[in-house]
Amino acid sequence: MSEYLVLIYESEAAWEKADEETSNRVMTGHNEFGAHNGAALRGGNALQPTMSATSLRRDSSGKLVVTDGAFAETKEALGGYYVIEAADLDEAIAIASQVPAEFGGVEVRPIRVFH
Amino acid sequence: MRVTGDIDVAEECVQDAFSRALTVWPKTGIPRNTGAWLTTVARRRAIDVLRRESAQGRALVRLVEPEDSAIPNDVDLPGVPDDRLRLIFTCCHPALAMESQVALTLKLLCGLSTAEVARSFLVSESTMAARITRAKKKIKTSHIPFRLPETEDLPARVDAVLLVVHLVFTTGHTAPLGSDLMRRDLVDRSLDLARMLRALLPDNSEVAGLLALILLTDARHETRLGDDGTLLLLSEQDRSRWDRRAIDEGSGLIRDALAHRAAGPFVLMAAIAALHAEAPSWESTDWREIVELYDRLFAIWPSPVVALNRAVAIGLADGPEAGLSALTELTTDRQLLNYGYLASARADFLRRLGRHDEARAAYQEAIGSCENEIERAFLLSRLSALSD
Repeated sequence: MSEYLVLIYESEAAWEKADEETSNRVMTGHNEFGAHNGAALRGGNALQPTMSATSLRRDSSGKLVVTDGAFAETKEALGGYYVIEAADLDEAIAIASQVPAEFGGVEVRPIRVFH
Repeated sequence: MRVTGDIDVAEECVQDAFSRALTVWPKTGIPRNTGAWLTTVARRRAIDVLRRESAQGRALVRLVEPEDSAIPNDVDLPGVPDDRLRLIFTCCHPALAMESQVALTLKLLCGLSTAEVARSFLVSESTMAARITRAKKKIKTSHIPFRLPETEDLPARVDAVLLVVHLVFTTGHTAPLGSDLMRRDLVDRSLDLARMLRALLPDNSEVAGLLALILLTDARHETRLGDDGTLLLLSEQDRSRWDRRAIDEGSGLIRDALAHRAAGPFVLMAAIAALHAEAPSWESTDWREIVELYDRLFAIWPSPVVALNRAVAIGLADGPEAGLSALTELTTDRQLLNYGYLASARADFLRRLGRHDEARAAYQEAIGSCENEIERAFLLSRLSALSD
């Protein structure tokens, strides 16, 4: 078995316009996802929007530079994640395909194991 | 592949099985089902290699199956998918870039060199080597499984497999490198794979189309070379020596496929091949119909190589002037930059138009990018005929 991180990337602009009915539908979707995949789920969270993000970098002299916003500006931003356990990528894709992400999609990444 | 779970070990074992076949078969004779023999030998080698690796304390890879105790000389289990098919679905996994899928399969399943795979893709050898390395790394780190897809995923996974098998066939039908025009081993391999897919997916019209295309094209293989070993064009071949049984089987397959649903690319290509195969002579070939089929093909598969074939068909339907102007539109396509068939097609139309200086230049360009010696000899003979 391997662990995979399922990153949920969605358009924040679309989310801002979403009504309550949409929010409820998505929340129900996540609850159903959790109920169906409890055995594989190792964790997961929703994130606050990127307007709340703070990025830290070091400049060429090694000085810490703190900036407002997400690390990379993209149309679809990381909005939440799940950690799942699966036998292989096919199984991970089968699980990840059930994650609600109507304003974007998900990315599946194997979690690296250090021996 | 199910045995090792490690693409590099598996590749080493497949290559090793090929070289063993070369040393063993001359002594024992060729087993009836060579594919099964190769995979059995490869599996035993995988177990050997894994034992050696674990003895050396290196990272252990998954061992899913127990060792096969016997090497059967004749394995033929109808309905049981061949290990090669399992491997081809792994290599054609949608999590890999489409180009990597095809490249990996050619290398791992068919033992093509990186240089040959590169030529099939019209890219440089170093680009292809990097692509293959990247693909193997992804298989390993993402745990892309070595097994057949689930039944409900199967049809969606077939398209990439069909492209792979087709490319194996075209690479064998006209070998991109070397002194032989054909590589019979690759043609046979593609035919085996196509028949296997047909047995596995009897309702898929594109599978039928691919099998038909291979049968119809390969039906001409006896007549492609003259007695002196020079290349004979379709117009010069002795059609009475074409393989009637293969033509009938191929034509029958697409008749069914065309009747069932909207035609996909392989059904259309097979339909074109069937028009050639069934025409009593070059002159009586229905070029108008062939151009129409290429139009439909280009609409669903707008590739530069399809465009090139379409342009040639236009030239044969409407005359060399029309063909040349269709080809000229393609000369700026970067993907066709080093593709010798574009230059040789232009050369032929220029020759027919009596524009000999331009034809000479185009033949020289074609010769410069041709690495198959038989095709090269043909182009040289055309060039020297012009100089007279």
